[in-house]
Amino acid sequence: MTDAQNGAPHGPAPDEPKYWLDHKANVDKLLRGFYVVCAILFVIDIFVPKHGLLAIEHTFGFYAIYGFVGCSAVILGAKLLRILVMRSEGYYDR
Amino acid sequence: MTGEFPPGLILVVGGLLVPLLRGYLRAAFMLALPVIAFFYMIGLPYGELGKIQFLQLTLTATRVDSLSLMFGYVFLLATLIGTIYALHLKDTLQHVATLIYAGGSLCAVFAGDLVSFFIWWEVIAVASVFLIWPVRTERAWRAGQRYLIVQMAAGVILLAGVMLHYRATGSIAFDLLGLDTTAKALILFALGVKAAFPLLHNWLEDSYPEATVTGTVLLSSFTTKVAIYALARGYAGTDILVPIGTVMTAFPIFYAVIENDLRRVLSYSMINQLGFMVVGIGIGTNLALNGAVAHAFADIIFKGLLFMSMGAVLFRVGTAKGSELGGLYKSMPWTTSFCMVGAASISALPLFSAFVTKSMIMSEAMDQGHFWVWLILLFASAGVVEHAGIKIPYFAFFAHDSGKRCKEAPLNMLTAMAISAALCIGIGSFPSIFYTLLPYNATYEPYTLNHVVTQTQLLFFAALAVAVLIRTGIYPPELRSVNLDADWFYRRLGYRTLMGLDAVASWAWAQVVDIAGAGARFFNARLHNHHGPDGVFGRWWPTGTMAFWTTVMLGAYLILSYL
Repeated sequence: MTDAQNGAPHGPAPDEPKYWLDHKANVDKLLRGFYVVCAILFVIDIFVPKHGLLAIEHTFGFYAIYGFVGCSAVILGAKLLRILVMRSEGYYDR
Repeated sequence: MTGEFPPGLILVVGGLLVPLLRGYLRAAFMLALPVIAFFYMIGLPYGELGKIQFLQLTLTATRVDSLSLMFGYVFLLATLIGTIYALHLKDTLQHVATLIYAGGSLCAVFAGDLVSFFIWWEVIAVASVFLIWPVRTERAWRAGQRYLIVQMAAGVILLAGVMLHYRATGSIAFDLLGLDTTAKALILFALGVKAAFPLLHNWLEDSYPEATVTGTVLLSSFTTKVAIYALARGYAGTDILVPIGTVMTAFPIFYAVIENDLRRVLSYSMINQLGFMVVGIGIGTNLALNGAVAHAFADIIFKGLLFMSMGAVLFRVGTAKGSELGGLYKSMPWTTSFCMVGAASISALPLFSAFVTKSMIMSEAMDQGHFWVWLILLFASAGVVEHAGIKIPYFAFFAHDSGKRCKEAPLNMLTAMAISAALCIGIGSFPSIFYTLLPYNATYEPYTLNHVVTQTQLLFFAALAVAVLIRTGIYPPELRSVNLDADWFYRRLGYRTLMGLDAVASWAWAQVVDIAGAGARFFNARLHNHHGPDGVFGRWWPTGTMAFWTTVMLGAYLILSYL
């Protein structure tokens, strides 16, 4: 969405004090921390005693991989769905 | 005397008295009502109370058992929280509608027979539309009309089902029904409309986001949950509910990704959560039913919390569209925090409520051998992380700073959100107390090392997928748009068809008028030829004309007399 379309100034006023999250470096720091946590979660899978009924649950990293692939599939699938179902905002008002 | 009337009636009658009060007195009265109803409710003995003779039927106004009580607790909690959230409102109509709607829902879950249930069902439908119309725009007016039509149609189907059922069996008892007759199928269909079964769901995502700021919060708590209660009561273990529920968990998550109106995202999310409950009811074991009921309880709180946070944004900023928002954490830090608690709860993060409720259904799906169902539910759980866990808080409060600055939500809204957030964490962190309220005998231990680790892996890696796709620019941006859904069939196809038929009818009528007109003009012209100023008969005096016709008559008479 561009500023022109919204008709109002978009983004913070220039004289406003910056917040911690406004700095891209800090966001990157947060994300790197998140990646590390994910990596740790992936590795400790070896040490957790599995008591699921199904063989698939005992496969190394099943939940992590399924979560990643599943969520990506939802997002990419939705992107395709947009081609099919997206209309302009005033579609039903016409 | 005890149990002569259902606890919900206290709210309904109280709601009718609200217009008589003003200011602090009114606020105190409205807050007192759910508290009074609560103490009345917990004082009731188990069993069927309040029998009323109506025509040849015996109605049971109040049936108290562990299932109705569980819904009673959460409905009263939702009423109290919703009332606090709406305390700033001056609109008397909405306050009255709220209390009648909430009270009607409470009466419905305590109704001991199908006829009483139907009566309260209709009360709910009518009262709830007054949480949409007070927006007082053309758009809300139309959305409310569509909502009411669907609700009323479902009511008619329910009534037909109940009448057929009564004629066949002579019973109006509302116990386990099953699906062996047409009548029972009709009742299930009607409940399916309210529970937003696939292709019957569109009223929900159509109307809820169009309701008032406070109205949506209340709507999300009651209507669909009354249907879940009724399904648990009448259709536990009905096999077809398993695939129906599974589809409900899966298809809305795609819509939720691309929907721009964040309250509509939550409406889609709601169908997804209802899907889990429907699956649990379909499996029908004690643990699965407990899971469905527990998840309904948890959902009322966390979905209410999410709707409250988006309502606060709408109230302060004037829009809840993802494309217009961003950076609001600077202006609304408390609302942001509460929203994130709701997001963590719906995502089923350990220590938050859905972790201890949804997992009962998941675990039982696997134990009962529904492998594919389980796999899809797990997929849907990963999808929840995306649209409710991340999208809602991220696009509203963080993301690209929109530059919009506003005040923090009013104190009453923050209080309501704080209570809900505390409940989400309380249920999730201390499930044993919550489990004692559940209606059926089953044991379940959510906090095993295996469950905590695998669930955390699922959620974190789903979140990782979102982070990676946003960072790489693949993630679909928030766009001002409308996404076509099943409501297209009546909002566009049905409308266009009617308009088309109208055009055809108008054209046909025009042809009829044309032909008739041509005939009339022709007749007129002939008349003019003979009787006009230059016509044969126009040239004579009327006496001449009369003489002519008399001659003709006499001539005819003469000829006829010879025959």
